Amino acid sequence: MSQVEEFVDVVIVGAGHAGCEAALACARLGMETVIFTVSVDSIALMPCNPNIGGTSKGHLVREVDALGGEMGKNIDKTFIQSRMLNQSKGPAVHSLRAQADKSDYSRSMRQVLEQTEHLRIRQLEVTDLLVENHRLVGVKTYSGSIYHCKAAILCAGTYSKARCIYGDVSMYTGPNGLAAANHLTDSMRSLGIELRRFKTGTPARIAGYSIDYSRMEEQKGDEKIVPFSFTTDPKSIQKEQVSCYLTYTNEKTHEIIRKNIDRSPLFSGMIEGTGPRYCPSIEDKVVKFPDKNRHQVFIEPEGIHTNEMYISGMSSSLPEDVQIAMYRSVPGLEHAQIVKNAYAIEYDCIDARSLKLSLEFREIEGLYSAGQFNGSSGYEEAAAQGLIAGINAARKIQGKDPLILDRSQAYIGVLIDDLVTKENLEPYRMMTSRAEYRLLLRQDNADLRLTEIGYEIGLISEERYRGLLKKKQLISEEIERVENTFVSDQEKVQQLMREHGSTVLRSSASLGELIRRPELSYDKISPIDSKRPSLPEDVCDQVNISIKYKGYLDRQMKQVEQFKKLETKRIPETVHYEEISGLRLEARQKLSRYRPVSIGQASRIAGVSPADISVLLVYLKHLND
Amino acid sequence: MNDSDTIAAISTALGGSGIAIVRVSGSDAIQIGDRVFVLAGSSKKLSDMPSHTIHYGYVKDNGKIIDEVLVSLMRAPRSFTTENTVEINCHGGVYATRRVLETVLKNGARLAEPGEFTKRAFLNGRIDLSQAESVIDVIQAKNEYALQNSIGQLRGSLGREVNALRERILYQTAFIESALDDPEHYSLEGYPDKLFLETSDLLKSIDRLIATADNGRLIKEGIQTVILGKPNAGKSSLLNVLAREERAIVTDIAGTTRDTLEETISLGGITLQLVDTAGIRYTDDVIEKIGVSKAQDKAGTADLILYVVDSTADLDENDEKILPLLEDKKVIVLLNKSDLEPVLTLEQVKAFVDDRYPVLEISAKEETGLELLENTLRKLFYQGDLSFNDEIYVTSARVKSELVNAKYSLNKVLESISMGLSEDFFSIDLMDAYAALGRIIGKEVGEDLVNEIFRRFCMGK
Repeated sequence: MSQVEEFVDVVIVGAGHAGCEAALACARLGMETVIFTVSVDSIALMPCNPNIGGTSKGHLVREVDALGGEMGKNIDKTFIQSRMLNQSKGPAVHSLRAQADKSDYSRSMRQVLEQTEHLRIRQLEVTDLLVENHRLVGVKTYSGSIYHCKAAILCAGTYSKARCIYGDVSMYTGPNGLAAANHLTDSMRSLGIELRRFKTGTPARIAGYSIDYSRMEEQKGDEKIVPFSFTTDPKSIQKEQVSCYLTYTNEKTHEIIRKNIDRSPLFSGMIEGTGPRYCPSIEDKVVKFPDKNRHQVFIEPEGIHTNEMYISGMSSSLPEDVQIAMYRSVPGLEHAQIVKNAYAIEYDCIDARSLKLSLEFREIEGLYSAGQFNGSSGYEEAAAQGLIAGINAARKIQGKDPLILDRSQAYIGVLIDDLVTKENLEPYRMMTSRAEYRLLLRQDNADLRLTEIGYEIGLISEERYRGLLKKKQLISEEIERVENTFVSDQEKVQQLMREHGSTVLRSSASLGELIRRPELSYDKISPIDSKRPSLPEDVCDQVNISIKYKGYLDRQMKQVEQFKKLETKRIPETVHYEEISGLRLEARQKLSRYRPVSIGQASRIAGVSPADISVLLVYLKHLND
Repeated sequence: MNDSDTIAAISTALGGSGIAIVRVSGSDAIQIGDRVFVLAGSSKKLSDMPSHTIHYGYVKDNGKIIDEVLVSLMRAPRSFTTENTVEINCHGGVYATRRVLETVLKNGARLAEPGEFTKRAFLNGRIDLSQAESVIDVIQAKNEYALQNSIGQLRGSLGREVNALRERILYQTAFIESALDDPEHYSLEGYPDKLFLETSDLLKSIDRLIATADNGRLIKEGIQTVILGKPNAGKSSLLNVLAREERAIVTDIAGTTRDTLEETISLGGITLQLVDTAGIRYTDDVIEKIGVSKAQDKAGTADLILYVVDSTADLDENDEKILPLLEDKKVIVLLNKSDLEPVLTLEQVKAFVDDRYPVLEISAKEETGLELLENTLRKLFYQGDLSFNDEIYVTSARVKSELVNAKYSLNKVLESISMGLSEDFFSIDLMDAYAALGRIIGKEVGEDLVNEIFRRFCMGK
C-alpha cells in the first residue's frame, strides 16, 4: 500500500474563524500552508448567531484588521445590517456590530482563501499528530496520508467528539449536523495533553413566513454605516439594510419551561460539559432569575438568501415538543414553523493553560492552538487567536521572536493572557470590563495601536502603513495646534458658549480647554476656530477624544507604566520553583505548572499572593547577581 | 509592588521607648520631607541640606504643629535602602507618631508593605546576597503576621462594614458593566442620579469610618491583657477599679461579646486593652461553658495575663485549670481581697505558680496595691519583656490610608457624574474604591466583577 506523503511548512486543522485567519497569516507570510476542514462548504461557517462584533467583540475585529487579518474586510463585504452600540456612552465602549449574510460571509471567505498564494484547502479529517522529541513533525489524516510540517495550528472549534443534544435526542455530530472529529483528541491525550469538556448552545431557526412581525418592535440599522476595516471606504458600503425584530417571552413561556424543566438533558445528567454564564439557555434564565417576568428575544435574519430567522435569547436543549410550545407562546411567533431545532453542543477542548502566550503548546514545540478549541467562545475571539497563532507559527519557522501583545496594548492581549494564565471554568467570552485599560484600548484607535506592528510583521502593505503614519502626524499636529490656540472673550465666542449652555469666558482660553468642557466638543467649537485645517473625519475623532478625555487617558497611561514594570521583569524559563523555599506550597505548585514568563503574569495566577511575588523578586535578583 | 515609588512606615517598635522613627524612602522622600517638615529657626528647606545631617524642627499638617522632631537626611545611594531616605524621630508619643506618619502619607508617600524596606535594601544590592533567604523569611513572616493580625483585628464590626461597602460598590459597577456589555437588555436611563445618591451615601459611611480611625477607636490598641480567675475572685471589681481610676478610658468596643467585657485603659502611661472574662470553673451550664471557652481563647492570644486569686478561699481544681493557660505567657498574679482575713498566703500562691510569676497583694475593694501593680507592669514593659504589637499600628495606619483612597475614588465618581460624563467612566473609579477597601481586609479584586455581573444580571443572547 502506498501512502500519500506531502511536505509543507504549516498545517492548519479546521477552517472556522480561527483557522481562516491562521491560514491566511501563514500563507501571506510566505509559508507553504495547507488548511484541513471536514467540509469545504463550512469554511468560515457561523453556526450560531448571525452577526459579527458587538461589545468588546467589535474591538477584537478592529484589532484583527489593524494587524492585517481578514475578518473585518469580510464582514464589510457581506453585512446586511450595521449598528454602532453604546453611542451615547464614552468612546471606549462604542462597539460596532453587523448582521451578516451567513452564506455570503462563508463564500466570500472561501474565495479569499482560494485566491491566496501558498495556501491549499483540503477536505480531510486530521486524526493524528506526529511528534518526535517534544517537537511536532507532521499530521496524519483519516485517509492515512501524512503531511510533514514544521508547525501545526489546531483550530478544531467545537467539532472534537462533538455531541448535539436536546431532550432525550443526542447526535454525535458537530454544529449544524456536520461531521464531528472523533480522533484528534485521542491522539492528543496519548501525547499527554489534558482535555476538558465544554458545552454551549444555540436557539432554533424559524421560517420567516411564519412570523408575525407586526407584533414586534422593528430594529433598524444605523443611518450612517461605519465599516469594520480601516481599509474599507465608508462611502462604498452605505446600502439598503434589513431589520431585526424585538419581542419578549412572558409568564406563559416561563410556565411551559418550568413545567418541563425535568425533561432538560441538564437535569437527566446527559450533558456533562460546563456551559457559559453569559449566554444561558432560556431555561437557565427562567430558573436563575425567577423574578424576571419577561426576557428579550431578538429575531435576526440568517441572510438574504434564506428566510430562516435566528431566535436570539432563546437557546435551549429542551425536547422538541417543548421547544415548539415555548416559541409559540412568544408574541409574533404564535404560528412559528421551526426549521432547525435548538440544541446544546458538547465538545472536547484544551485547558489553554497548557499554552504559552504565543499560543504554542508548552510541552510540544511547533504545535499551536487557537479559537474555541482553547476554551473560548465567539467568532471574534476565535479569529483573534487564529491570527496570533498563525503569525507566531510563521515567525517560529522564520526564526523570529513570537508576537505577544500585552494587556495594555490590545483586547487580543487581554484575551490571550486571560486564557493562558487564569483558570476558566466555562467558555471564555470577551467583555469590556475585562480590559483594565479600556480607555486606551478603543475600537476607534486600533489602527494607531497596532498597524505599525502589523507592518513590521509583514501583513500590512507599505501603502497602508504610510497612510497610518500620515494619520498619526495629522492627529498630533492638530492636537498641538488646538492646545496652543487661544480665543478671547469676544462676543462671537461668548455667543457660542451660551448656545451650548456653557459658561462665558472671563479671560482667554485655549481651544483645548473648551473642548474639555462636558457640553462642548472639537466639532462644536469649529465656528470660533478660524484657522482649522480641513481634516479627515477619523482624524477629527481622534483629536476630539484625545483632548476631551485627556485627564482620564493620562491616568490610565500612568497605570500602564506601573503595569509594564512588572511585565518587563522576565522570569527565566530555567527557574526551579521547587528550590525557592520562601514560596508557599500552593504558589510553588502553580508557578512550576504554568511557568509564567514575567512577574506580571505570575501575579495574575490564582493562588500566587503578593508576598509570593516579593519572594520571587528577591529570588530573581539573587539569581541575576 | 512598585519598586521606585516612595514608601513610609513607623520603623521602630512602638510604645517601648519615648522615641519612634518614621522612615520615608524613595525618589520623592526629600520633597515629601520639604512638604511636612519645617526647620526651627531657619528659612531653609530640608532639601537644601547636605546628606547625612540631622535637623531640629516641627512636622506640620496644614500649618498646625503635630510634633517636635529630629529629622535625619540621607541621600541616595548612601542609605539602608540606597534610596533617598528621610527619618523623622518623633518625641510626642504614640499618637503623635501616628499623626506624623499620616501626614507623610498624605503628602505623597505610600504605606510600606511588610518587610518592604528590607526588600528594597536587598533588591538594590545593599544587603549581602547570602542573606537572601532571610530576607525571604522576613517578608513571608511579616506577611503572615500582618495577615493574621488584620484578620484578627477585622473580624469584628469594621470587617463587616468594609465588606458591606464593597458589596454595594460591586453591585453598582456590575450594573453599569452589564448595561455596557448588553445595552439592548439594560438601560442606564436616569441611572447617574441614582448612583450619585448611592455614592454620596457610601461616602458618608467611609467618612464615619475615617473619623473613627482618627479617634483611635478603629482598631484595638495596646497590650492585650486578659483577667483570669475563678468566679468571685474579684476580676470584675478589679476591672472596675482600674477603669474608674480614670486613666483615660477610651471606649467600649462594638462587637464585644456578652461574656467578655473589654476596656481600654492607661495604667502608668501604658495602654492596656483589658478583657474581663467569665470565671473559669467546671460547669454544666451551656452558656457558662461558652463563656469559659471564650476566656480560654482570649488567654491564648493575650500579651499579658492578670491572674486574680481569691485570698479568702483555698486553691482548688478551678485554679488547677487556669494554671496551664499561663504557660509561656507574661503573667502577674494578684492575690486579691487583702482587706479580708486570708486563707491563702503569698508563699502558698508563689509555690503554686512555681515562683515563675510576680505575685502581688491587692485589694480591689479598698484599692490598695494598685501602685505595686503599676510599677510591676512598667518594669516588665521597659525591660522589654512586654511590648506592643506594633503591627497593630501599621494595620491601623494602613486601614486609614486605604479608606482615604476609597474616599478619593468615590469623590471622583461624584465629580464625573456632575460633569455629565458617561457611565463607563464611573466604573473605573468605583473599582478603584472597591480595590482600596479590599486591601483593608486582604481581598483582591480578581474575577469579582465578572462573577457579580453574571450572578446579578441576566445576560446574553
